[in-house]
Amino acid sequence: MVHKMTGALALGAALMLSTSAFAQDKRVVTWNADYDPIPLAAAEALIADFEAANPEIDIQLTNFDHEGYKNAIRNFLTANPPDLANWYAANRMRPFVEAGLFADISDVWADNGLMEALASSVPSSTIDGKQYAIPYTYYQWGIYYNRDAYAAAGVEAPGPEGVSWDQFLANCEKFAAAGIDCVTTGSSALWPVAGIFDYVSLRTNGYEFHSDLAAGKVSWTSPEARAVFENLGKLQPFVTRNHAAIDWQDAAALFVQGKAANYVMGNFAVGVFKEGGMTNDNLGFMVFPEITAGIARAEEAPTDTIHLTSGAKNPEDAKTFLAYMASAEAQSKWNAAVGQLPTNKNATVDPADPFLTAGFEALSTATGGIAQFWDRDADAEYAKAGMEGFQQFLVQPEQLEAILGRLEQTRLRIYPQ
Amino acid sequence: MFPRPIQQFSAPAQWLYTIALPIALVIWLFPLLGVALTSLRPASDLAQGNYFGMPSGIAWENYVFIFTQTPIGKYMVNSLWVTIPTVIGAVSLSLMTGFALAVYGFRANILVFFMFVAGNFVPFQILMVPVRDMTLQLGMYNTWYGLALFHIAFQTGFCTLFMRNFIKALPYELIEAARVEGVTEWRIFWYIVLPLMRPAIAALSVLVFTFIWNDFFWATVLTQGVDSQPITAGLSSLNGQWIAQWHLVSAGSILAALPPVAMFFLMQKHFIAGLTLGAVK
Amino acid sequence: MAMASKAGRWNQRRLAPWLFLAPGLFMFGVYVLWPIVQSISLSFYDWDGLYNRDGEFTGRFVGMGNYAELMRDPAFETSLWNNLKWLVLYMLALPIGLFIAIFLNQTVTGIRLYKSLFFFPFVISQVVVGLMFSWFYAPNFGLFYLLTESIFGRGTAILADPELVTYGIIAAGLWPQIAYVMILYLTGLNNVAPDQIEAARLDGAKGWRMLWYVVLPQLRPATFIAVIVTVIGALRSFDLVSIMTNGGPFGSSRVLSYYMFEMALGEYGFRMGYGAAIAVVLFLIMMVFISGFIWKMWRDERER
Repeated sequence: MVHKMTGALALGAALMLSTSAFAQDKRVVTWNADYDPIPLAAAEALIADFEAANPEIDIQLTNFDHEGYKNAIRNFLTANPPDLANWYAANRMRPFVEAGLFADISDVWADNGLMEALASSVPSSTIDGKQYAIPYTYYQWGIYYNRDAYAAAGVEAPGPEGVSWDQFLANCEKFAAAGIDCVTTGSSALWPVAGIFDYVSLRTNGYEFHSDLAAGKVSWTSPEARAVFENLGKLQPFVTRNHAAIDWQDAAALFVQGKAANYVMGNFAVGVFKEGGMTNDNLGFMVFPEITAGIARAEEAPTDTIHLTSGAKNPEDAKTFLAYMASAEAQSKWNAAVGQLPTNKNATVDPADPFLTAGFEALSTATGGIAQFWDRDADAEYAKAGMEGFQQFLVQPEQLEAILGRLEQTRLRIYPQ
Repeated sequence: MFPRPIQQFSAPAQWLYTIALPIALVIWLFPLLGVALTSLRPASDLAQGNYFGMPSGIAWENYVFIFTQTPIGKYMVNSLWVTIPTVIGAVSLSLMTGFALAVYGFRANILVFFMFVAGNFVPFQILMVPVRDMTLQLGMYNTWYGLALFHIAFQTGFCTLFMRNFIKALPYELIEAARVEGVTEWRIFWYIVLPLMRPAIAALSVLVFTFIWNDFFWATVLTQGVDSQPITAGLSSLNGQWIAQWHLVSAGSILAALPPVAMFFLMQKHFIAGLTLGAVK
Repeated sequence: MAMASKAGRWNQRRLAPWLFLAPGLFMFGVYVLWPIVQSISLSFYDWDGLYNRDGEFTGRFVGMGNYAELMRDPAFETSLWNNLKWLVLYMLALPIGLFIAIFLNQTVTGIRLYKSLFFFPFVISQVVVGLMFSWFYAPNFGLFYLLTESIFGRGTAILADPELVTYGIIAAGLWPQIAYVMILYLTGLNNVAPDQIEAARLDGAKGWRMLWYVVLPQLRPATFIAVIVTVIGALRSFDLVSIMTNGGPFGSSRVLSYYMFEMALGEYGFRMGYGAAIAVVLFLIMMVFISGFIWKMWRDERER
């Protein structure tokens, strides 16, 4: 049998040799990504540009489905690493850095002057003084609203400065009376509920408390944490009823069709809304309402990143590509196509795009601070436990005590006091 | 015969039965029919919320789309690369093990036999971590042969049970007579037993083909990406990219289901003979 | 060959079975038996699936630690309960499969095609079955949702409901399982001794009494196989859970097989030892049934 195995190996090797013999003598860089259709097309356009400028390099992108990728990444990083892999900044990349699966790319940062060009993303790309990520995009979260749904329910549409929390809840009553979901989301993949929770938390207690909560430093049964759930409970009756079984794209369909009025989402969704038929005329954006008066406004703006893996077979060319992804030129092009914000401060943003300008405005005036996102600020296992709790609360608010108890138990296990 | 033949019932009862048959079938196959119809529905129908009404046209373009714009064809080829070697390997190995266990009365016989049978029933999860680790160490992760080798080994359990019982049912005198003639054991296997095994080989081949084609768990554990993922894992990944595009999900599902269904219809008798082994004495 | 001595042939016959068994035994040993031993020992370690630079195993021995944690893990408890639901409800495949088999056990034109078409769901991959039922259950436009909406005025989105989700997935799993059981019983019914049926009929036995006292006893081999394959099917419920809900909403549809995968290979996991401990529990549950099966086979073998 040993012979049989080595025989199979030899056969496999022969097959691989014969296929590579057909390919031109290009140096291959493999890249695993998790793009939805719009960003995928944008990434392929960037690859084409890069290969035109570097004809000796062949970038081979393997695209995964977005949710499946999260389960696949740890597997392929250990089993069969590509040269480059998409992932997320801050705490979300920490386990892979600590396990030695992502490589130190401080040299790429230093050689290309990125410390300055990507200055605002240095903290979220750095662990123990070394850089492990190339941030190439970020995007604001907030409330997107459908003006047609507002008109249908006879509710006055808010301006860009948004509405007060009481007004928002009062509007929800009117939407409910008109048979329209006030707030929609699709939480089958869990993370969309974290957007709602984060905002309610940031608005109830402010940035400091929220980041302590994500870091496991404060108790879920503290009065502040309870206050967050109390406010979330006010929103709960107005959230799309079966959100736990649908994906965010399904909820986007409800929103586009006017069956839902508001959507707490990230700016990447604008492309999907517009594909569904919305235009700048009936799609609106506002910041999440203030809840506790006087708290400095904080916003959510997750950063997406690319990483060099430790098992990369062609790290040199992969670094060349990473430098390209960090450049103002590449970031201007990719982000314009996707409708997100470049991290390179020299990159351009289309001034005619109302959502990008509104987002940029909201972020640059957020004096409270900028959070990444629940599942990037919190430790991976802790983040998942949290999101399951948020989702359950939005389905079964009466289970609050059980949810808080379980979250607290998880916190004490992961962060022994 | 049980129940009483319908021909012995009154005419209205016979009528009722003839009508009940197709109705029951449509209800039974409802999810399948719904998905088959959706796979031919234009995307515009779904966008307008026309899920179950008259389609505005037959959209073969859904199938054209998934073949030209997604790697579904590659996934299906990958499936064949795993499935066919597994069928050959598992059937060959089990012919030998089955022969050994059916013909020779050595002391450990029953023990070895029960070990194969029991192994066939263990939950996959108890094998997952070590098998994945071993496949990685041997450099066979994410290859068709890495997946096929595991399948061959695991299917040998079920196949041995099948082959052994089949050979046991052959007339033992044939083997006795050959031995008296001085024919070697290997030649007895090759020239006497093997030619009689055709129906068993056919039955096992279709069964193993179906099992392996439909395997999802090991495809997820031992492969990744378009290069070597079989259709089940590939379809799951495409499903994640096609969210809310049910016409594409449906077309992909129908395609993934086709080969085993075709196999079943072509080899029905063997298929059922294989599955119902042991259901009668 | 005629020259071979008697002793030589005796040796040959002693050696032959082992030569025939060798390849199969080797493969089975490497890929099935040895991994079981490894998994059991791994369940006493904390291991992230990695080796250090010298290729050495980096796990840390924790004794019963993983099992102790399992006892306090609410997700494990949910999975175990759901497995129990699967086991119990999957048994519905037996009466329903028998009912359909009896319904189809006639000789009218086209019945062969009907039997094949009824068997259809079993041939289809569980991935496809899962997708079909997801479509069937989909909120807002799924047929099941519309049906419940038209009856109760408010649609039920099974996969969003933590109380119902497991039952929804079990129903999807029952569909192919019933088909399998049906074909087992159809074959069994074909082999029921006609003379006994006729004799019973002369004695006035009909309907339920006939089924219970005359037919079912003769179907015992089919029932036995059906129970075994149904139990295995219930405990192998990974594919449907993974395709339809990923264990959600908030983990309410997890089963052991899925939870094990989640812990060992998911993004948050790579807790190989903890996963192995879950697998060992699942293995022990399955062993109860496997032992029963082997014991029955052993009895049958001795009777021959």
